Amino acid sequence: MEQLTQFSATELARMIAGLIGVIALVSVNALFLIWMERKVAAHMQLRPGPMEVGPHGAIQTIADAVKLLGKELITPEEVDRPIYLLAPIVVFLPVLLCFLVVPFSQSLIIRDMNVGIVLILAFSTLTVLAILMGGWASNNKYAVFGAFRSVAQNIAYEIPLLLTVMSIILMVGSFRLTDIVAAQSRYWYIFVQPLAFILYIICATAETNRTPFDLPEAESELVAGFHTEYSGMRFALFFLAEYTNMFIVSAVGAVLFLGGWRGPILPGIFWFLIKVYALIFLIMWFRWTFPRVRFDQLITFAWKILIPLAFANLLITALVLKL
Amino acid sequence: MLEPGIEEKTFVLNLGPQHPSTHGVLRILLEMDGEYIAKADPVIGYGHRGHEHMAENRNYLQFLPNMGRVDYLHALAYNQCWCMAVEKLLGITVPERAEFIRVITNELNRITSHLLWFGAYLMDLGAFTPFLYCFDDREHILDLLDRVTGSRLTYCYYRFGGVPSDIDREFIDGCFAFIDRFRSRWKDYDNLVTKNVIFINRTKGVGIITPEMALKYGITGPNLRGSGIPYDIRKSEPYSAYPLFNFEIPIGENGDIFDRYVVRLAEMEQSLRIVEQALVKLPNGPIMAEKVPKRIKPPAGEVYQAVETARGEFGIYIVSQGEVKPYRVKLRVPSFATLSFFPEMAKDNLVADAVANLGSIDVVIPEIDR
Repeated sequence: MEQLTQFSATELARMIAGLIGVIALVSVNALFLIWMERKVAAHMQLRPGPMEVGPHGAIQTIADAVKLLGKELITPEEVDRPIYLLAPIVVFLPVLLCFLVVPFSQSLIIRDMNVGIVLILAFSTLTVLAILMGGWASNNKYAVFGAFRSVAQNIAYEIPLLLTVMSIILMVGSFRLTDIVAAQSRYWYIFVQPLAFILYIICATAETNRTPFDLPEAESELVAGFHTEYSGMRFALFFLAEYTNMFIVSAVGAVLFLGGWRGPILPGIFWFLIKVYALIFLIMWFRWTFPRVRFDQLITFAWKILIPLAFANLLITALVLKL
Repeated sequence: MLEPGIEEKTFVLNLGPQHPSTHGVLRILLEMDGEYIAKADPVIGYGHRGHEHMAENRNYLQFLPNMGRVDYLHALAYNQCWCMAVEKLLGITVPERAEFIRVITNELNRITSHLLWFGAYLMDLGAFTPFLYCFDDREHILDLLDRVTGSRLTYCYYRFGGVPSDIDREFIDGCFAFIDRFRSRWKDYDNLVTKNVIFINRTKGVGIITPEMALKYGITGPNLRGSGIPYDIRKSEPYSAYPLFNFEIPIGENGDIFDRYVVRLAEMEQSLRIVEQALVKLPNGPIMAEKVPKRIKPPAGEVYQAVETARGEFGIYIVSQGEVKPYRVKLRVPSFATLSFFPEMAKDNLVADAVANLGSIDVVIPEIDR
């Protein structure tokens, strides 16, 4: 990483601007996504959803956020205090770091690293650590269940996710996200690698712990899963991380398969956001139409179906490229 | 399972009484071996109100509203059972039109009960959306029933000797409109849920009740019929106007959750058929028997009356000593028998399956606690 050695004043300004931009984006995005989720859910369920606060309930989420800010932060007696307090912060940090390399458009990228995709994959894996910390430290049986499930699930789904990403990397020959977008100048990879795209979406849904793979927080079984004992803003941070994670996996999906910022007429950033929110809509659609899979079925599905399929896809890609 | 020589360690998971999927105030102590259940122990009685004892301290008419509170989801069947038992004691014959009205309202109520089960059950499985669709349909029936009975949930509509108010044209038209609407919605439910691969994986071969076990525990209703035994009081001991209508008793094959689900879904269609026939054949005439005494004081004697509710056989046994109050009333509730089987069903299963099983047997907690 030769850039780090050329540390200068412009770099510092760039960093601060990037940080502010990311935090602004994350909060606005989360507010928007929560509102969007409510609206999507509501319209799928034949009801209007939030309508009272603001036009079509647009600022309902802000009202909710203010309410959460005003809530007492309860720390139960029996918890492992340091870990319990650290978990909501740890869950949020890696998600923020992922934004470092997301290319919003040709020029709008904080740091165009040559290991961009690896960085995202590495940091998004850290989320599971936070979930484990939160679940374990809560000293609550339901929370521990949720945390353990989350670990098993994330390990199972990380592998096919990496393998599908690998097949794209093989085609591009670079880890740099801008290179991946540049390589799709003629056609999007979704048309060349449809199987990889399907595998990616399945794994991404599982990675973000959403229905039908929302076992770590399966409400009807585990009450609220790993965050059962969290309240107020600490709970909100878990919630925020989940929605931001959804944005990250969709952004990576858009970069890998949908040609990133590429598109006619509109500026790149718009195309990028349209694609990202389309993928997010897809994930929300899953949530409100599917029942939840059972834990053993989830693991069986990953190890016996997804991983062999992802391997086959990788091998075929390699073979075709070699020819 | 653990290797021999290693001490087996289990822990207790307290499910309920305020867990999201215990549907009321049921508490289950689960002895867990990892995610597997070693032993399940339902703790009941949180909603105990002493209905049987209340019956001994009230006169026959005063106890009638209690019946709607025993099982709030299919209240009219419980109403009917009490009315029929008392009518049997008094020797009153109910006019035909009243019997028809009872059947119509009762079957509509059965559909609401099954619909609520359907929605709540899928919610237990993690699908939230069907719940609201079911409530949308249920709302139409509630409006119709509200029109004739005056209430939406804990009905107290039937009286000894008939019904207090007649149904009108608007109700009949509303019923036909609902039948048309619900038939098309029913197809959607069938398409979207019955063929959903996740749903099939979660329900097929899970929570099996064998016919022998069902008979041993006295399980009745859709849970018994799911195991392949066509026992339905409406057919086997016909009461009210049921013998006049054509309907089938849907049965399952394997007795698993999926079969119970299919049976309940099919029963909704059968209920629609009964309502349709009853509305077409609806006779004219009085809705109240003529010789109903003002002061209900049945002669000494004992009587047992059973009806088929959405949950199975509900029976009332009354011992009368010729007083204005019954000497003893025993309520035989279907959910109690069904829940007794739950520990066997849950054993060696995952927590997720235990939740799926508990939902699939469709117990109503106030009914168990009485």
